[in-house]
Formats: sequence, structure tokens, C-alpha cells
Amino acid sequence: MNPALQDLGEYVTDTFPNEIVERQLRLDELTVTVRRDDILEVLKILRDDANCQFKQLVDVCGVDYPERETRFVVVYNLLSLTHNLRIRIKVWTDEDTPVPSACGLFSSANWWEREVWDLYGIYFSGHPDLRRILTDYGFEGHPLRKDFPLTGYVEMRYDDEQKRVVYEPVKLTQEFRTFDFLSPWEGVQTMLPGDEKADNQVKKKFLDG
Amino acid sequence: MAETEIKNYNLNFGPQHPAAHGVLRLVLEMDGEIIERADPHIGLLHRGTEKLIEYKNYLQAVPYFDRLDYVAPQNQEHAFANGVEKLLEIEVPPRGQYLRVLFAEIGRILNHNFNICAFAMDVGAMTPMLWGFEERERLMEFCERASGARLHMNYFRPGGVARDVPAGLLDDIGEWARGYTRWIDDCETLLTENRIFKQRTVDIGCITPEQAMDWGFTGPNLRAAGVAWDLRKAQPYDAYAEMEFDIPVGTYGDCYDRYLVRMHEMRQSLRILEQCIEQMPGGSCRVNDRKISPPPRAEMKGSMEALILHFKLFTEGYHVPAGETYAAVEAPKGEFAVYLVSDGTNKPYRCKIRAPGFAHLQAIEFLSKGHMLADVVANLGSLDIVFGEIDR
Repeated sequence: MNPALQDLGEYVTDTFPNEIVERQLRLDELTVTVRRDDILEVLKILRDDANCQFKQLVDVCGVDYPERETRFVVVYNLLSLTHNLRIRIKVWTDEDTPVPSACGLFSSANWWEREVWDLYGIYFSGHPDLRRILTDYGFEGHPLRKDFPLTGYVEMRYDDEQKRVVYEPVKLTQEFRTFDFLSPWEGVQTMLPGDEKADNQVKKKFLDG
Repeated sequence: MAETEIKNYNLNFGPQHPAAHGVLRLVLEMDGEIIERADPHIGLLHRGTEKLIEYKNYLQAVPYFDRLDYVAPQNQEHAFANGVEKLLEIEVPPRGQYLRVLFAEIGRILNHNFNICAFAMDVGAMTPMLWGFEERERLMEFCERASGARLHMNYFRPGGVARDVPAGLLDDIGEWARGYTRWIDDCETLLTENRIFKQRTVDIGCITPEQAMDWGFTGPNLRAAGVAWDLRKAQPYDAYAEMEFDIPVGTYGDCYDRYLVRMHEMRQSLRILEQCIEQMPGGSCRVNDRKISPPPRAEMKGSMEALILHFKLFTEGYHVPAGETYAAVEAPKGEFAVYLVSDGTNKPYRCKIRAPGFAHLQAIEFLSKGHMLADVVANLGSLDIVFGEIDR
């Protein structure tokens, strides 16, 4: 365990007693969950404070948890060259609520946030130029959301008669195959067919003997 | 004479342009020949790697990493392998670590060799390209002997490397490395003091250390600005802690400094190669856990259990404990990292790929503003852009 990271974790919690929702130190990595509206304040102090000096925003990305009410998390990975430390900041949001843009603090945030908007549809308020970045011109949907199918909705080909590129709905010659490798012994989340009939009371009685 | 109004001129640079280093569409707004605004349109090579990886098990995800930065494929695998090992909480045996460092440095030379040659060609020097490809071919032959593939090695696996190197390969690499110093010297006589090359690169696209950090620069581009930062030294992974090498830094952060830093890094890589070969430990080159690395062929012929484990490993793969990690390596282009979120199944829940080129390309407007059109090409070449990793 890196003692410097432990100290940093405590220092950060002391500096932001109200802003921080959760602090976690696992696998030698510090993760801090921050309230959405306070993210800019936290990033600014982390960047400028003498004990932090996180001058580099190395990455911003989104993760989708569709079963949660606020389904998205925006993850900021920061790097301090002075102290040779990394910190991860997380912010939860949903499809409609914008996250304040960090473009004013870090120039590098611009494209990372455009990417998150493109792939997840998380809106960043105050972003100077929030366009799609990786997907095609005129693309619809946000492909990295868990409910977006791997094959997408449209496929493209060059049509020789019309002399242009045309988009058509995806046709699969074979059904997309997924294999469920979760054995019942390793913690299945979903209910197995037939289980719904079992009365919980009966089950409890059976387990209690 | 009537006054004429001069309008800014919009120019489409690429996507089919040899100096665009792939499929970059750069929309330039120019006042005469001066760049006012540069808007890169990327994503023409977007293949949805991150989405695909979410549907593949951990072992099947490795080849996707080769196809990101296809100029130095092994370094990408390195980041992913490190991340998975961290989540699995396993450690690679020494021989595996040394082999990885060896091939990661070969990847670095592959990349810098190619970048310097391509950069030189962008600014008008043809010869380095012709010389460089000969050496690149030799290096790729070493890759082929180790893994079976010239380019997309698929060699670094979570838990070690795919297989041990064949007899004699290490000696051949050592012999090549001693001769390669000569190639660097020769190449330097062509470029370093070349009047035309210096006119095209010195004082072009300058960046200060503060600006470079603000724009998320890493790797040679950050070091050229004068920041002595190298993940191999600062946060050593695998056997890098035992290696002795120097970090070259630049002063002005211009195109010429970026070229010089890469040139010196190749020399340092050769030092690491030699140390690797000299100190190469014996023993196994991957972890001995049969749930993570496959049993040897011979064992499978006789042992039922080995056969079952082999079958399970290559169909289901292994389940990685739930958790998340940010694993970064010093790839030739900069900090290449994988942000891996595991939910305890055999497939990654999320695998974000942090490509150094993405941050570098973003700064092209900053670097090129106020320069001439031809300097955009010099800037692009010196930033070391490869679209496989930017578009993912």
C-alpha cells in the first residue's frame, strides 16, 4: 500500500468535507466520488493545491450502469507529475442532467468530453463545441450504451445504380450468439426459470430446517 | 484601385493525403497561407474496439490492442495485460517480465524508426524512409520468430507471454542491436544538421511545459518540452525497475526537439535491449496458474485434467474479480492506458482505451495557429499520429 496515496486520500477528504460522497482505496488506486455540481471546484483545487498538483487530466470517460437510476458515471483520471500520484474522480449523472464541463480548467478535456457525449450521450454544460467526434457524420444513437446492440442499427454500402453510399437496416445472416458463462454457483443475479414459483417463506423454512 | 475584400479560405486537408498519416480530415481556415483555425475531423477509422471488447472474454480482447497503434503493437498489449494482472492480483515470473520489456523496447524502436522516417519524408527527405524500412523489416522478423506474426504479435498475454522465445533469437537481437547504433549515426548525418530539415522544423510548433501538461501531452512530446517524465522510471512496471537508462529531454518543445528526443530514445532502448539479453533469467515465462495460462501441449496428450483446463480456458476464459483499475504504460507515443472495469464475469464490463495520440492531435490547432500551411504537415509528423489508436 502506498502511504502517500493514503495521506492524499485523507487530505482530500479534509479539504472537501461536503463535496465528497465516497472515498475508496483499492489495488493501490484512489477513487473519489464527488457530487455533480461540485466537480469543477474539486478539479480546480486538485490542480492548484500545493499538496495535490494534479496538473494533467489524462483521461475522461463514461461508464454505463443501466440498472441504476442515475445510470452514467463520468470518470476523470488525473496525474500529478510533482508527487508522482494518480487520482480518479467519479461523478454520477443520468440521461438528462448535464455535467459541468472541465474545458475551462484543462484544455485536454475538450475532446475527451466530446467523446463521452458521442458514445454515451452524457451532456456537458458549458462545453464550447460539443459535437460528435468518433462516429459517422449523421450518426444516430450513442453506441457505447449497454442497450445499444453490438451490430448497430444501420449498415452502409456503395450503391452502383445511385452512384452514392446508402444506409440500410442491418441484416444478419446468422443470429447474434451470446453464451452465458455464469454458472449458478458463481452468483447469478437474474432469477432462474422456475424459481419464481418458490415461495420465499417456504424456502426460508426449508433452509432453517 | 477599388478595395477588394479578402475572405478567409477553407481548405480540406485529407482524408486521402499521404501527409495526413492515415485518415485525418483536417478542415483548415486560412488567411492567405496562414492558418487561422484547424479543425480535425477524426473517427474515419473508428471500429468500435471498446464496444467489441465488452463482448469478448479477456484473452480474446488482446488482439484488438495490436490493431490500435499498429506501428508498435506490442506496447498496447502490455497495458492491457498489466491491467488484467492487477485485477487478478497475480505476478508474472521474471523471465516473462524480461521478455515483455525486451519486446516493448523493440516496439519502441519500431515506432521511433518509422516515425522519424515518415516525419523526414513529410518535410522532404526521402532517403531515411528507404533505409529505415530495411531495419524495421529485421525487427519484424524477430517478432515473427517469437510469436509467428510480423506485425500483430498477440504475444503479451495476461499472466506472461504467449510462449518462450526460440533458441538463438536473443543472440540475434543482441547482434542486431550492436549494428543498429551505426544506423542511427548514419541517419543523424542525414537529418540532424541538415539545413533544409532544420529550416522546416526548428521553432515550428513550440510548446511550453505548462501548455504541454494542460493539453495532456505525454511521452516524447512532453519530454521535448523539457519535462523529464517517463512512466518506466516514475512508476516502473515489469522489469523496468532493474533497467538502467536515461531520459532525454528537449528545451524548446518544437518539432526539431521532438525529433531529437526520439532519436536519443532509440539509443536508450538499445541499452535496455542489451541489459535484457544479458540478464535474461531462466524459468517459466508465464504464471503457473492453470486457470490463467494454458497447460503445455505435451501434458494435454496424457492428462485428462490438463485437457479440460485447456478447453475451459479457451472457451469460457477466466473470471476476473470485480473491481476497476487504470493501467498505464509508457508506449512509444506516450502514456497508453487501459481503464478496466470488471464485474466479476469473464468479459470486461468496460474497457476504456486512453490513447496518447488523441490528446496530441487535439493540440494541432494550438500548435499550428499562425504558422504556414506546410508547417501543419511538420507538426503532424512530429506529434507521431497514428489513427488506429486515435479512432479506436
